[in-house]
Amino acid sequence: MVINANEVGYYDLNKKIVECTDKDITVTGAMGQRYIGCGVSGKKITVEGTPGNALGAYLDGSTIIVHGNGQDAIGDTMNDGEIFIHGNCGDTTGYAMRSGKIFVKGNAGYRVGIHMKEYHEFFPKIVIGGRVGDFLGEYQAGGIIVVLGIGCDGKVPVGSFCGTGMHGGRMYIRSDDAPQGLPVQVCCEVADDSDKANIREYVDEFAKNFGYDTATLLKGRFYKLSPNTASPYKQLYTHN
Amino acid sequence: MLEKEGQVRIPAGCAISGFISRDGNRICGDKIVKSISYMHDRSNGLGGGFAGYGIYPEYKDQYAFHIFYDSNESRVETERFLDRHFDVVNLSRIPTKKHPRITNEPLIWRYFVTPLPTKLAASQLDEREFVAQCVININDRINGAYVFSSGKNMGVFKAVGYPEDVGEFYRLDEYAGYAWTAHGRYPTNTPGWWGGAHPFALLDYTIVHNGEISSYDANRRYIEMYGYKCNLLTDTEVITYIFDFLNRKQKLSFEDIAKIIAAPFWSEIDSGKFSESEKQKLKYFRNVFSSLLITGPFSIILGFDGGLMALNDRLKLRSMVAAEKDDMVYLASEECAIRAICPVVDRIWSPRGGEPIIVKLNEKK
Repeated sequence: MVINANEVGYYDLNKKIVECTDKDITVTGAMGQRYIGCGVSGKKITVEGTPGNALGAYLDGSTIIVHGNGQDAIGDTMNDGEIFIHGNCGDTTGYAMRSGKIFVKGNAGYRVGIHMKEYHEFFPKIVIGGRVGDFLGEYQAGGIIVVLGIGCDGKVPVGSFCGTGMHGGRMYIRSDDAPQGLPVQVCCEVADDSDKANIREYVDEFAKNFGYDTATLLKGRFYKLSPNTASPYKQLYTHN
Repeated sequence: MLEKEGQVRIPAGCAISGFISRDGNRICGDKIVKSISYMHDRSNGLGGGFAGYGIYPEYKDQYAFHIFYDSNESRVETERFLDRHFDVVNLSRIPTKKHPRITNEPLIWRYFVTPLPTKLAASQLDEREFVAQCVININDRINGAYVFSSGKNMGVFKAVGYPEDVGEFYRLDEYAGYAWTAHGRYPTNTPGWWGGAHPFALLDYTIVHNGEISSYDANRRYIEMYGYKCNLLTDTEVITYIFDFLNRKQKLSFEDIAKIIAAPFWSEIDSGKFSESEKQKLKYFRNVFSSLLITGPFSIILGFDGGLMALNDRLKLRSMVAAEKDDMVYLASEECAIRAICPVVDRIWSPRGGEPIIVKLNEKK
């Protein structure tokens, strides 16, 4: 079913999506409506236009595909499901994500994966194709974040203060050089073959959806970031 | 009665948007109203406003004062002050349209003025300083009068309400300018009143702001040493005065001002990413203007004569998107506010925290 979002407020738009009996929904003409697909289970929602903040918040097992750019807080606290952004997205992508997968073809903003967490089978994954801003994986407590740095020519594709407050999970960054200025609470090492095997499944899903070759993407050097258990985290925030 | 901040209290989000035609083409005000309307949910109806540049070409040599009055008494007293200091070329009520959602409006007047040559000479001040001091005097000393716009060939229009309603109320479709900014307010710490809506203005400097300044009182104490009065008790006001102080009085470039108010962290300065001369400059600014560092979340758009500037706090705790299309540059809290008025852009990106975007009119060929 096609739902035209033109001049429809976020409340009415989301009501239509939730009440729609079709499993396959296309939203056209989105222009800043918030919370698209919020908490929705068992549907496939394709969005054309510019969806608003908190796209797929609390998503509970649906698939969302955006043909365009996303805004801030995509997949905020999402529980399960998949989000594919065929463009760039804004700040706090995957904010406090609990499980499920987010794939962004282009770049993402600041604080990607902030407060991500995991518990047993709940294991969130974020794959960003391009580069990201500062505070990647801030307070990360679980799950996996992969930044592929496509188009960065091997330069470090993450901003400053990467991993501030990180105390769980893993980050994999495709880059010729290690990110500088990491906090002492974060271990940084070159990813070996077993590390790459751990992320192959997600890189493969990224590549298939956005038209890349998995082997080529995995061939480059990755840095693996993980919490440093020998030096647990004491400094709450950055110095002013 | 215009209740000021502090006399009432209402328990943030906000929306900002702006655009400029670098070729100086004049664009109808309804376009900025449309842009900000797509971020309706970032505001709560307690403040909306606009600044337009190049809107008064017929009076481009006069200062355009837009003034709120509580009562006719405050108007009479203010006009007496204006007559003593200025040649008033034209005065009228600002045209408005009755709007069901814009109520309790004060008296809203507009004056096109030139400083009296004798007064100006006697003051031994340059013209802009003379005008700025007069504006501060009216706002500080005349009860119930508030000059909310005071630049040349530009004007601020603001009210309590949603921005799209404020735009209709002021009939912005009857104005055209080369640059516009807009604000939708969602006050969290201070009440919504007419004078507390954005933009905040002094001379041609206007600020629209999303966020809240943790450093407000440190900034206020410093800036008040130089004759400014922060008597609206809302944080954004002080940002306007900081720009006026650093750009007009200290003659610093907007690039350098960004290095002062959104200075890099000491750890970044020491990290080796800057050249030695740049490092020395950043240290100098942080030391000399330490009280003008603005901390806390903010995204702002500054309007000035001939340009716009956008800036985020260095931690980027608020959102900002920029886009280009031909000679146009768009700046907004959300991409949708840009796509709504320019669906296809040449380039769209998010500036980094502390990285200013400064756009000026092209030089006339």
